[in-house]
Amino acid sequence: MSNAAAYWKANLRLVIGCLIVWFIVSYGFGILLAGPLNNIRIGGYQLGFWFAQQGSIYTFVALIFFYASRMNKLDQEYNVQED
Amino acid sequence: MDLKTLTFIVVGATFALYFFIAIRSRASSTGEFYVAGKGVPPVLNGMATAADWMSAASFISMAGLIAFKGYDASVYLMGWTGGYVLLAMLLAPYLRKYGKYTVPEFIGDRYYSQTARITAVICLIVASLTYVIGQMKGIGVAFSRFLEVDFATGLYAGMAIVFVYAVLGGMKGVTYTQIAQYCVLIFAYTVPAIFISLHLTGNPIPQIGLGSTLSDGSGMYVLDKLDKVLTDLGFGAYTAQKGSTINMFLLTLSLMIGTAGLPHVIMRFFTVPKVKDARSSTGWALVFIAILYTTAPAVGAMARLNLMHTIQPEPGKWLKYEDRPSWFKNWEKTGLLKFEDKNGDGRIQYVADKKTNEMVKVDRDIMVLANPEIANLPNWVIALVAAGGIAAALSTAAGLLLAISSAISHDLMKGVFMPDLTEKGELLAGRIAMAGAIIVAGYLGLNPPGFAAQVVALAFGLAASSIFPALMLGIFHKRANRTGAVVGMLSGLGITLIYIFWFKGWFFIKGTAMAPNTPDHWFLGISPEAFGAVGALVNFVVASVISNMTEPPPEHIQHLVEDIRVPAGAGAPVDH
Repeated sequence: MSNAAAYWKANLRLVIGCLIVWFIVSYGFGILLAGPLNNIRIGGYQLGFWFAQQGSIYTFVALIFFYASRMNKLDQEYNVQED
Repeated sequence: MDLKTLTFIVVGATFALYFFIAIRSRASSTGEFYVAGKGVPPVLNGMATAADWMSAASFISMAGLIAFKGYDASVYLMGWTGGYVLLAMLLAPYLRKYGKYTVPEFIGDRYYSQTARITAVICLIVASLTYVIGQMKGIGVAFSRFLEVDFATGLYAGMAIVFVYAVLGGMKGVTYTQIAQYCVLIFAYTVPAIFISLHLTGNPIPQIGLGSTLSDGSGMYVLDKLDKVLTDLGFGAYTAQKGSTINMFLLTLSLMIGTAGLPHVIMRFFTVPKVKDARSSTGWALVFIAILYTTAPAVGAMARLNLMHTIQPEPGKWLKYEDRPSWFKNWEKTGLLKFEDKNGDGRIQYVADKKTNEMVKVDRDIMVLANPEIANLPNWVIALVAAGGIAAALSTAAGLLLAISSAISHDLMKGVFMPDLTEKGELLAGRIAMAGAIIVAGYLGLNPPGFAAQVVALAFGLAASSIFPALMLGIFHKRANRTGAVVGMLSGLGITLIYIFWFKGWFFIKGTAMAPNTPDHWFLGISPEAFGAVGALVNFVVASVISNMTEPPPEHIQHLVEDIRVPAGAGAPVDH
């Protein structure tokens, strides 16, 4: 496999992993599982409600920075970074 | 000093600042007009993107919707932030690598077809224009309150200012002005939230205050108290789900995909120096957005609690109409708040039952602006919130108008019909297009098809169903070709538009709807706002199937796709 193709494959693996987390915190914890999660409380927040209105957003921010730093490493590893 | 004078001074001062920056950095070439010469560092670009992105819908409308819908309004919170994850991972770095000015330009080149480019222009205009209508509603609300006039007059004043402002600037002016606007709007949003949180719970951080106990000695949690107050009056519990799960799911998806498909946001990532910067800049944009978005739930819940408490100071004892506070009177003047004494006892009964409810109209879009007054905050805070709301609406309206004008002047006029148009002619055509867009949006803003945030949600649905799939397939599916992309975009946009018009009236004109806009008439219970996700799916499926049935894209296009997938070799953008 060529270098560019291997880089692309590694990139796709990373993106898919990140998007699974993205899906779980918002659609999973925030919507589909919100009902059962609401039985757990952190302070005055029911957990499902907290994920829908707070937790998912914090996770999104963390995900993007994680992705950006991993990608910068991949760029170096496969030597495809900008000059 | 009275509130009106103070508001004039604060709004006037912020305006003077924006105009100063806009004039100082006035665009002189088309490159600067559209993408600020690509010299904006990622953190600042993130901040400008945040201002561009957070519109009247985020600032004025969203917390109001949260206040009245509670948990169900989470769709806006997740939808409008989660889209940045898609943008960062699926589009921004690749589009920056490609390095052109506009979205239709990329689509036209990638699908080697002027038809694809024109189709993208149409999709872009439909989505952006719908979005501007939402902004106009917000601008109208802010100006009508601040000038103490009715909604229509406020809207006309707002249109005039947007026109002068957007036509003068261009992207370079806009980028630096937007940084100033971000500072104004985030300060204006968080200060009252901190005050109110401190007052209600003793905790100055609204995100924590919302999960804390009330400091009134009852020891009850804020959210539990709100649930109780509302259910006692027959409303649904604040933290409980009221709408259907499928609708929440699809609306969130539609808003997320739409975020990643809105041309005025995508354009921002053409303005960073490197591919690397496009990735981190998306993260920074979301950081700045998250500050407002995680505060909004506290603003909404606390505003609702304060509102209920003002109208019903003690259980069973309603506020006398003649004792109503001044904010109540002021909002009555705008026509956005209405009381009707149905039982003639001179008191304001506010209950869920429509027959006995006397708060006959509480426009959701007034909540954020009224909030500091309801909480009895000092006048300078109220003035600040007015300035922030106007900043939010202006910055987004300007960004959208820029996207529309570049699509018309750059892609349509210069790119397709008049290739020998001079730079000067292109700038003029762009400015004329802006003026036209403001007039159309203002006209429709007078009779908007929903609250600002809902109109904006429609715009996202349209962007989700048309532009995002074409861009994503263009990068991730080498086999995607001209015919597939064009038919895909048209069918996605078409089915979404028809669904929206079916329930909202043809071209949003009142009285032309084909069916009542209620859940039992919706297809599978999917609201018009949420249908963009279905449209996007149709687009993806149609584009893939047709692409596989027709001839593959030419060799050089396949190389182009391979090339945009790696950051190496991303130099300065191709000039025109």
